[in-house]
Amino acid sequence: MKSKISLAFEKCKKEKRPALITYTVAGDNTIGNSIKILNKISNHADILELGFPHNTPIADGGQIQSSTHRALRNGIKLKDVFNIVKIFKKKNPKKPLILMGYFNLIYQIGENNFLNNCKSSGVDGCIIVDLPYPENKSFANKCKKKSINFIQLLSPTTPKGRMIEIIKNSHDMIYYISMLSTTGGKLKISPKKILKNYNKIKRINPKKNLVIGFGITDKTISALKSANGLVVGSMLCKNITNSLRMRQNPVTKLDKVVYNLKNKIL
Amino acid sequence: MRLKLRNGIPLIDQHDKNYMYGGKFGGNYIPETLKKPVDDLTKLFSKLRKDKNFIKERDYYFRNYVGSPTPFLKLENLTDHLGGAQIYAKVVSEANGGAHKIYNATVHCLIAKKAGKKFIVGDTGAGYAGKMLSMAAKKFGLKCKIFMGAKDIKRQRPNVEAIKKNGAKIVPVTSGSQTLVDAVSECMRYWVANNDTTNLCVGSTVGPNIFVKICAWSTAQISRELIKQVKEEFGKIPKKLKLLNCVGGGSSAMGFWNEFMDTDAEFIGIEAGGPRNSKLHAAPLTNGSKIGILHGAAQYVIQDKEGQIGTTESISAGLDYPGISPLHCFLKDTKRARYTSASDEEALEAYKLVSKLENISPSLEPSHAFAEAIKIAPKLKSSDVIIVNSCGDSLKDKDIIKKRLGVYIR
Repeated sequence: MKSKISLAFEKCKKEKRPALITYTVAGDNTIGNSIKILNKISNHADILELGFPHNTPIADGGQIQSSTHRALRNGIKLKDVFNIVKIFKKKNPKKPLILMGYFNLIYQIGENNFLNNCKSSGVDGCIIVDLPYPENKSFANKCKKKSINFIQLLSPTTPKGRMIEIIKNSHDMIYYISMLSTTGGKLKISPKKILKNYNKIKRINPKKNLVIGFGITDKTISALKSANGLVVGSMLCKNITNSLRMRQNPVTKLDKVVYNLKNKIL
Repeated sequence: MRLKLRNGIPLIDQHDKNYMYGGKFGGNYIPETLKKPVDDLTKLFSKLRKDKNFIKERDYYFRNYVGSPTPFLKLENLTDHLGGAQIYAKVVSEANGGAHKIYNATVHCLIAKKAGKKFIVGDTGAGYAGKMLSMAAKKFGLKCKIFMGAKDIKRQRPNVEAIKKNGAKIVPVTSGSQTLVDAVSECMRYWVANNDTTNLCVGSTVGPNIFVKICAWSTAQISRELIKQVKEEFGKIPKKLKLLNCVGGGSSAMGFWNEFMDTDAEFIGIEAGGPRNSKLHAAPLTNGSKIGILHGAAQYVIQDKEGQIGTTESISAGLDYPGISPLHCFLKDTKRARYTSASDEEALEAYKLVSKLENISPSLEPSHAFAEAIKIAPKLKSSDVIIVNSCGDSLKDKDIIKKRLGVYIR
């Protein structure tokens, strides 16, 4: 059976557009709003990434750190994250949802326990920022056995031989980090250059769904729309921060922002 | 199954193919972007440490720049005062810059030069790692940035001024607890974004495996000197020898113990117990913290049940870190070393006693080790020998000491 992630990419290919993938942090700014945001933006986005917060992230930029900080200050726990997924999935059973975070939280609860929770709440995939290949082999296999996608990452520093290995070991989606940066950095290289690298990777195995993330905003997204998918995260976190500062409703704000992003890639 | 150390193999090399010690400590839990820079550094270092010319160069700078050997002396007055064991100090604070951090900083700058990098960045807690890196960077013509918690910038002013004087840029870190743990995170994030032009110097035996290795390999100079000095003083290695060292990240202790690994010398590591009446501390080994992942490595780390890294507290900025080197975790589980802690108050008392009686004045970090020496020496015989690594000078703690004790003595 095809995964929901695969089906989402197929649908987008038919519509001749990239998949729009959003990233928000679970519990930002509250558990309730987090669920409302997911419900709203899922009308426009094809795949949703949901961050499970860790207080010592080594690859997140300032915007995502602020979101994480807000969520943790409100006392978010892993069980709340799974609850958010469960509630969202009840309403939107077909929409693929990917959990993203750092390994220590999985290490503490235990890999099997974590994956059982993923399964019962309806998680479709996992991105673990600090569990690279080949260290992730055993965990990725456990994911596969439970029909959960393990999403491998590639970066501009990844040598070709290693890329081939990683792609061989990948599941339905691969995440290409656009540039040397933490999340949310300003694009340091042109979209043209990013696509050039992207196409090189794509040639290794054209059948794999390859998405681009890091530094993508409403300003840059349309220039990259030939990719299979595009991830926007920090820009969304920033909008939550700004709407809270201006006493606006972050839910309606994000609904609008993601709607606009979608229009830019049609 | 009990973990075992292997004789005759350097401790830093006793890992498996995933760079794990004892199958559970260390490793490389890093983002994909850092895989290649870490691999490159790993390859370069494994080549350099076998290269006779590189070793010659290192030894040249250790001798003529760092100042080797640092003094080894008997603390006659302290020994008489306490009665019991003979107490000695290895006065590593006499090294250029005033602490052991100079070894790691010098080696990292030499490596950065070999790698053709023009920029070097590092983290610092007490400010020594930052001060030394900025010094060495200046010496070797590298541009330097130091990441330091905003809280530490306030409490370690003398070292902050030294860093600035050396022409390095200080980046204040205002996230989280604003101490060492956040400085290391921010510094790693910076490296994620700039590893094409910049080399990273992690300030202690923590982080991804290669940084643990380079740091321990560099500070090993301390025990290379000491083992000779001990043999000169006693004619052989004394039967009942205890080597006491404070541990935060654990770099000075690793260097202090390394050459004695296959001898009968007893290793005692002293962690920061925090304020006497506080639940907070920075002593993951003493207080039975669980294994977790911090800054790219598996280690015993202060954390909550979920895996969020815990808050620490210590009067000593250099020990105020929730984790501990994977090498120390390995030494603990193999029972090669034992670990205990001293409170803020005990460290202050130890600083006061040593500074009053002797010609040395340890900073608050080694004062934790002196506190343990003061505790155990009276119970031992004169045939017992205690050596304390006095790895930092109290000058940087002048403000804190004045505030807590009313006067600063040295």
